[in-house]
Amino acid sequence: MPTTFVLNGAATSLDADPNMPLLWAIREVAGLPGTKFGCGMALCGACTVHVDGAAIRSCVMPLSAAAGKKVTTIEGIKSRPAQAVQAAWIQLQVPQCGYCQSGQIMSATALLEKNAAPTDADIDSAMSGNICRCATYSRIRAAIHQAARSMQVPA
Amino acid sequence: MITDVPQAQQPARRAFLKQAGAVATALTIGFDWWGPARRAAQAAPVAGMPFAPNAFLRIGTDGSVTVIAKHVEMGQGAYTGIATVLAEELDADWTAVRVESAPADAKRYANLAFGTMQGTGGSSAMANSWVQLREAGGKARAMLLEAAAQDWRVPVAELTVDRSVIHHVASKRQASFGSLVAKAATLPVPATVTLKDPHDFTLIGRRHPRVDVPAKVDGTAQFTLDVVMPGMLVALLKRPPTFGSTVKSFDATAARALPGVVNVVEVPRGVAVIAKSFWAAKQGRDALVVEWDETHAEKRSSADIMAEYRRLADQPARSARKDGDVAAAMHTASHTLTATYEFPYLAHAPMEPLDAVVKLTASSCEIWAGDQFQTVDQANAAKAAGLDPQQVSIHTLYAGGSFGRRANPGSDYLVEAVSIAKAHGAETPIKLQWTREDDIHGGLYRPMYFHKLQAALNEKRELTGWRHVIVGQSIMSGSLFSMMIKDGIDPSSVEGAANMAYAVPNVSVELSTTTTGVPVLWWRVVGSSHTTFAVEAFIDEVAQAAGEDPYTYRRKLLDHHPRMLAVLDLAAQKAGWNEGPLPKGRGRGIAVAEAFKTLVAQVVEVSVDAGHVKVDRVVCAVDCGTPINPDIIAAQMEGGIGFGLGAVLYGSITLKDGRVEQDNFNGYRVLRMNEMPKVEVYIVPSTEPPTGVGEPGVAPVGPALANAIFAASGKRMRVLPFPAQGAA
Repeated sequence: MPTTFVLNGAATSLDADPNMPLLWAIREVAGLPGTKFGCGMALCGACTVHVDGAAIRSCVMPLSAAAGKKVTTIEGIKSRPAQAVQAAWIQLQVPQCGYCQSGQIMSATALLEKNAAPTDADIDSAMSGNICRCATYSRIRAAIHQAARSMQVPA
Repeated sequence: MITDVPQAQQPARRAFLKQAGAVATALTIGFDWWGPARRAAQAAPVAGMPFAPNAFLRIGTDGSVTVIAKHVEMGQGAYTGIATVLAEELDADWTAVRVESAPADAKRYANLAFGTMQGTGGSSAMANSWVQLREAGGKARAMLLEAAAQDWRVPVAELTVDRSVIHHVASKRQASFGSLVAKAATLPVPATVTLKDPHDFTLIGRRHPRVDVPAKVDGTAQFTLDVVMPGMLVALLKRPPTFGSTVKSFDATAARALPGVVNVVEVPRGVAVIAKSFWAAKQGRDALVVEWDETHAEKRSSADIMAEYRRLADQPARSARKDGDVAAAMHTASHTLTATYEFPYLAHAPMEPLDAVVKLTASSCEIWAGDQFQTVDQANAAKAAGLDPQQVSIHTLYAGGSFGRRANPGSDYLVEAVSIAKAHGAETPIKLQWTREDDIHGGLYRPMYFHKLQAALNEKRELTGWRHVIVGQSIMSGSLFSMMIKDGIDPSSVEGAANMAYAVPNVSVELSTTTTGVPVLWWRVVGSSHTTFAVEAFIDEVAQAAGEDPYTYRRKLLDHHPRMLAVLDLAAQKAGWNEGPLPKGRGRGIAVAEAFKTLVAQVVEVSVDAGHVKVDRVVCAVDCGTPINPDIIAAQMEGGIGFGLGAVLYGSITLKDGRVEQDNFNGYRVLRMNEMPKVEVYIVPSTEPPTGVGEPGVAPVGPALANAIFAASGKRMRVLPFPAQGAA
């Protein structure tokens, strides 16, 4: 039976095993490859998407649990915090290999959507579930602060 | 970190290559695996004949400058560095520059540091490309200048070039590269070219944006994971539970009954489930029942292996370096010192679990992967496919990290993918996907090592003797690199130790090479991932025994090595080493290394509170010759520091009765955001040829941290990873 939810703003119905992790439904059924597979156990954050505005690990969430919810992936983020995060990521040249960065950006965006001026402790709390083996952490932290500052200026 | 130069183009889309490359060169590899939505977003085709004066460059009539990268982009910034060097001598407009990956071809794309093979490693991309790509750019520039000079009937010497536009100031004429391409393509390639004076560089030495960053920020960067082709199937491979086991028998009844499972095949490395999706393949693999033949398996525990290494450290070993007479120095010493250091197996754990797409026919094999050893992989894939190497083509995609894992002489994951495609038989593209558990269990680890060091001090407390014994597996043995083993010494086992820089009259460095059933491989910074720790932790102990400051003691012994002294001084100065000790419970440690001809010194500041270690700050000084892109150099130092800290604090693969005890990022811990210290990077100005930055930053951070913990707590860290929090 298809699972119906809102994906990146569009009503979507995916005909797939309801036990299939949302990650693979997004990638292989909906054809959105920006969300990555890193661990399959919610340990690394590469698969982070927003479900009803909260950052969640799509690799352990069954497709059926997305029914009726709003799911946003890296392909669909448009909010002011998202734009500020992506601009800061470019300005501070955050990515190296880049594989984890969709997940990093989704976690950072979810943070800034709830907290416009996060402290270092807030950043630790929101971002420590996202592993970067290239260890771009210093720049991620700086970019989140920069994105927050940029949002203080009226749009 | 605000950049000095505007953003270059995204790396070239394949559709562009397909249309533009087909006209002029043999570089075209026709494939198109983007979905319809992505295809619409691709670059417009280039009109007319491009100018391709050499294997590294193509200039379109629209002025687009395509640089062909023989090295993989795995995060280290190689695409940007390569394009920078070529574009500098070409005087290209950086915003018109794009990068695409080279096909596997040892004739055109060999790594000149490796000889005749194409591959990336040893932090060599910039060093081996430096002259080659400057000449490639400079010769193309000369041809474009000649074309303009002929058109305008003026001497070449009267022309200038600025960002892809040639000017003749006297007659106020100008012409873009794109408008000169057709004429330039008819001219001979000059035999020689005069390269720029470094003072005239406009790109080299500037912080300019990476070519790959925009696509890595909006999710459009293409990794192997993202390859989709019509009819493509996904395979997961069930591998043995111990190294050296083989399939005895298997029952695929339950797996085959699952929806989406297409085939189950036995291959040399295990049993593969081929399915229509990852999820179906995963469920199919979980349902497989395999009985393994463990007759020839490695069944020891890592603790048993380390116990054997400890014994071997006191047995005769082979000499890797012998200066003077260490035995005599020890005999006549007024004071001697001994310490041992233990290093675990380490997994690379790149964020993108290994994956590859293979399309196999009776006469061809196409591979898509974040490929790091193209011509080695080509040969190994050909062997597995039963084809000639020329029948194997490799499309190198972005690699989601590697740290050495994808540079493996046996091409393990690619051979698996080819063998699965061959066993399946149809010409369907197959993507082999590893899971994280496959990665952590998969071997090819940084070897486990035991080090024993002894120092002799005379009555004046001067260091008169240094003996360093290393026990562990050889990475090169049994591989195509085995010819580099001389007199029983694998250079990758002793680098960083055999060339230890401190001035000591009597030095002996010895190696005892072991054999286990655990496959091993180079891991970021290779030998220096353990040798630097041993040397730099031990010299700290020697300084303590001599009653001297760790920094000034090192200085005295490095008087003959000005470049190493310079990074040491710079790091110490920026860290405020001489501004008095840190408060109680905090400490500073220093270490210096030379790895792949790059010099790095680091000062670590740490807080130790009730045994809990917090790394507060790392100050890093680096001399990598001519800095090509200071922002990428800084990024590689920052990343190397985080990577190295994760390893010394947590990294460990252990075996119990031959079975790997870690499965995923819970058991195999790596550094996370909340553990990343503040990092400051200082680059020594230099006009020497560039050396690499991808690896060397990893080497000194472990011993600098160990030395800082000693300064804070009085405890020496001699076993890696450091004991669980609370023990320090």
